[in-house]
Amino acid sequence: MSDSEKPVIPPSTNEYESERVPDHALKGPASFWGMYAGEHTAGTEFMIGPLFVAYGVGAGDLILGLLVGNLMAVLTWRYLTTPVSIKLRYTLYHKLEKICGRKLVTIYNFANGLLFCFLAGAMVTVSATAVGVPFPGVKMPGFADAMPTGFAWSAVVVLIGAAMTAVAMRGYSVVARVANYAAPWMFLVFAACALATIPNLSSTELSDIWTGIPQGGNPKIGFWGVMFFAWFCNAAMHLGMSDMSVLRFAKKPSCGWAPAAGMYLGHCIAWISASLLFAYQVQKFGDEASVAPGPMVYDAVGWAGLICVVIAGWTTANPTIYRAGLAFQGIAPSMSRTTATLIAGVVCTAAGLFPAFAMKLLDFVGIYGMVLAPIGAIIVVDVFLADRLGITSDPAEKSGSSFNVAALLAWVLPAAIGYWAVGYFKMPLPTYATLPVWLGSGALYIVLSKVMQKNGHHA
Amino acid sequence: MKTISLPVGLLALFGTIAPPLLFLLGKMDHEPMKATMLVSCLVWFITAPMWMKAD
Repeated sequence: MSDSEKPVIPPSTNEYESERVPDHALKGPASFWGMYAGEHTAGTEFMIGPLFVAYGVGAGDLILGLLVGNLMAVLTWRYLTTPVSIKLRYTLYHKLEKICGRKLVTIYNFANGLLFCFLAGAMVTVSATAVGVPFPGVKMPGFADAMPTGFAWSAVVVLIGAAMTAVAMRGYSVVARVANYAAPWMFLVFAACALATIPNLSSTELSDIWTGIPQGGNPKIGFWGVMFFAWFCNAAMHLGMSDMSVLRFAKKPSCGWAPAAGMYLGHCIAWISASLLFAYQVQKFGDEASVAPGPMVYDAVGWAGLICVVIAGWTTANPTIYRAGLAFQGIAPSMSRTTATLIAGVVCTAAGLFPAFAMKLLDFVGIYGMVLAPIGAIIVVDVFLADRLGITSDPAEKSGSSFNVAALLAWVLPAAIGYWAVGYFKMPLPTYATLPVWLGSGALYIVLSKVMQKNGHHA
Repeated sequence: MKTISLPVGLLALFGTIAPPLLFLLGKMDHEPMKATMLVSCLVWFITAPMWMKAD
C-alpha cells in the first residue's frame, strides 16, 4: 500500500493548490522515481505478502499475477493519471470543486479522511506487532482476531498511535526526511527477509511454499485475484486521480513511468519476500501459524527487522494521519490543522486497536479503492469526453452550483452496487469489482449530465 | 565528514544485504547475521543524513 495503501504527499505541499502549477515549478523524472519507490515499500507490505499465502495463492499465479497486475497499474498511471495531471496541473480537490461543487467535495473529503484513518490504523496495528515482540504479555493478533487481544496489546497500540499523532501534529517534514533516508535500507531488509528465510524452509519446492491451500478460513484466490489486487490496490491513486496532487508537477509524460519503481521494487519484491516469511511459519506451525509481521520478521532477521517494521509503519502512517487531518480540515475550514490532525490521530488509534483492519487488509484496500476511484472516472469524462459529447465541463464552476447531483449519483450508485455485488456474487476480494464500478461511474455521469443539462439543471 | 559518510553509508547497506546472502549460502550463522544487520542499520541511520538529499 500502499500501498497500497499509502497516501502521497505532494513534493511541494501548500504550493499552487488553487492554481495551475507554473512551468518553473515543474520537476523532472528523477524526482518521481525515488518518491514512488519509497512510498510503495510500506509497513503494510509486511501484511499483504503473508495474506496472499493465507488466501491460498499458488506460486505461478502469484508471480504471473504480480507481473501483469503491476504492469497494468503502471500503464494506468502512465496513460491515464499522468495525461490528466499534465493537462490540468491542478490538485484533485481543485478540479473536483470545479466539477462537483464545494459541498460535494466536502462529502468526498469526509470519506477520504475516514478511509485514511482506517488505513493508518492498520499501519499502527502492524507497528504494534513489532513493538510488542520484546514484551511477552502482548498477545499478537491472528486471522480470527477482529477485537483487541488484551490490555497489553491495547496499551502498545495507544502508545504508538499517540506518538504518531503527536509527530503528525507538528507537520510531516521530519518523518518525510526519515522516510527518504530509510527507503533504500528498508528495501534491502525486505530482500534480506527472503534470503534469511529460504534456508530455514523445510522444503524449497515452490508448491510447498505457496501451497495453494487457504489458511485461517480465507477464500482462495488465484491469478485473477492477485492480478486485480496488484492493479487496483492503489486504485484511489491512479484511477481515482488522487496522484494528480503529485503528477501535476511532472515536466513531461515520461514521469508517469515512475510508479514502476514502487510497483516492481515495493509491491513485487516486498510482497514476495513477506509472503515467504509466512510460508515458513505455515511449514513450521501449520494451522497455528502467526501472521503478525513483528514476530515473523524478528525470527528472520532480528532487531533490524523490527526496526524496519516500525519505521515502515511509522513513515507511512504519519503522512496518512496528516492527510486525513487536512481532509477533515477541508470539511470545517475554521478548525485548526492541529485539531484536525488530533481528531484524525484519535480515530486512527481507535481503528488500530482492532486487528480486523490489518487482518482483512486485502478486503479493506479493495473497498478503499472502490469508494474513491469512481471520482476519477468523472474527472476523465470531464477532461476528455465532455466537449465531444456535448456536456458542459467544469459544470459547478460555470453554474455557480455548490452541489452537482449528477456527480454525486455517478459516484455513489456504482460504488454501492459494486459493494453489494461483491457480497452477492461471493467475490473473494472487492478488487474484482473496481474496474466495472469505475466504468459504470463514467457512463452514468455522461447519461445523467446529458439528461440534467438538457432539462436545465447545470449542476 | 560528507566524504567519509558516503562510503561508510554504502558499506552499511552492503552490511544489510551481504549477511543474509552469506547465511543463504551457508557461510554465516543466523545470530551473527542478525547482529551484523543491526549494526549496519545503526550505521546507516547515522551516516545517511550526512550526505543524502532528503527533500
